[in-house]
Amino acid sequence: MDDLLQTPLYELHVGLGAKMVPFAGYSMPVQYPLGVMKEHLHCRGQAGLFDVSHMGQVVLSGPSWEDVATSFETLVPMDVLGLEDGRQRYGFFTNDAGGIEDDLMFARRGADLFVVVNAACKEADVGRMRAGLPSAVTVTELKDRALIALQGPKAADVISALDPKAEAIRFMDLADLTLNGTPVWASRSGYTGEDGFEISVPQENAESLVKALLEHEAVEPIGLGARDSLRLEAGLCLYGHDIDATTSPVEAALNWAIQKVRRTGGEREGGFPGADTILGHLSDGVSRKRVGLRPEGRAPMREGVPLFDAATGGRCIGEVTSGGFGPSVQAPVAMGFVQTDYAATGTMIWGEVRGKRLPLSVAKLPFIAANFKR
Amino acid sequence: MKFTEEHEWLREEDGEMVVGITIHAAEQLGDVVFVELPEEGTVVSKDDEVVVIESVKAASDILAPVDGEITEVNSTLTDNPGMVNDDPQGEAWFFKMKVSDPSQMDEFMTEAAYQKFIG
Repeated sequence: MDDLLQTPLYELHVGLGAKMVPFAGYSMPVQYPLGVMKEHLHCRGQAGLFDVSHMGQVVLSGPSWEDVATSFETLVPMDVLGLEDGRQRYGFFTNDAGGIEDDLMFARRGADLFVVVNAACKEADVGRMRAGLPSAVTVTELKDRALIALQGPKAADVISALDPKAEAIRFMDLADLTLNGTPVWASRSGYTGEDGFEISVPQENAESLVKALLEHEAVEPIGLGARDSLRLEAGLCLYGHDIDATTSPVEAALNWAIQKVRRTGGEREGGFPGADTILGHLSDGVSRKRVGLRPEGRAPMREGVPLFDAATGGRCIGEVTSGGFGPSVQAPVAMGFVQTDYAATGTMIWGEVRGKRLPLSVAKLPFIAANFKR
Repeated sequence: MKFTEEHEWLREEDGEMVVGITIHAAEQLGDVVFVELPEEGTVVSKDDEVVVIESVKAASDILAPVDGEITEVNSTLTDNPGMVNDDPQGEAWFFKMKVSDPSQMDEFMTEAAYQKFIG
């Protein structure tokens, strides 16, 4: 445990009674005294505060926005150049085999690109950007900034009370706000399926800002446990589980994240790692697909549960990649990959749990209606 | 009531042993969302996995504390697994068993010893 990194909010978590666990090299709060179930429901009903400072924050800058955007497009299959100032997008780095190396959020700040990547991948991502971008584009990892997320239907009220400008921020906008006397970068986004904000704050001001947010009666701190069940109910992929270097974005049902200009026939078609494979998958289809799964009984089906096409015998047609109990759904929920023939909503399949085949059906994602502020 | 190092409690009732998990264990597990109970009449050996408890985060097993036969299970837990968090040492017992070798009970702890064990 000694070599675990700590975020600037470590002492605060411990003081709040959090149970700390190792996660992506950091000691992180998995739950607070409220417990995972109540934290989850609190976030869906009011506002949940998350420390996501372990994630990587990177700024790319260069001679012009066009230089930064077009060079970043050599690493991701997204429309970067078309991003307006102050707008954010979901994306992923791909590899030559068409797999996903990491998923990320990127936003335009004037001529710069602000990129947020997963904690476990950040070293590799920074290396990938340094190696893959021209020397005129500078890659700076912002190690002096914390990242917090406030998620839930009351999040906008809470942030607007500190800076009324927050009200005007639309879903997937990034804006400069002043919260509790500190200038921050706030994007209207998150990873819970709720309306909310992700806030990049200088690390020396992080604790006082979090304390100010926690003073609001609607706000409770939320740990990794509930973060996982919230994003699962929202049908969002967890890198290293639902998607990885061997998963193509089309298999992962992330086609929506690849804009038209980067597809076959588009203005800036291809030109990213694995483009031939991924564009081929888009036009020809894939043999397996990520789907939502609803176990019929009460037993949760977790990562690794093999999926079959029959209650006995039959063939293995896929595997659960993340699953558990959905506190808002009040039932077990899961995601996984199945052969495309079995990917239609409503298809009955079976998962093998502790040697027993239990029925489940392929379900539409997300499991809960998204509550974004468009 | 007797306690095991596996955080189970056993209480004698009409010549049978009622088995559940301790308050300490329930707190450690967190919110219980699913309980898989054994069939009544199952003959078990000490340390057999007899019950699966799923919390929000993970699955855990309850082992048979002694050799014997499962005589009754608390089926109300199937529909209401949250009882394990609400009343682990009372209403949320898991099963009753007929103990085949009562001498196996000798090594179990008293409540005071268990409290000391969990520190």
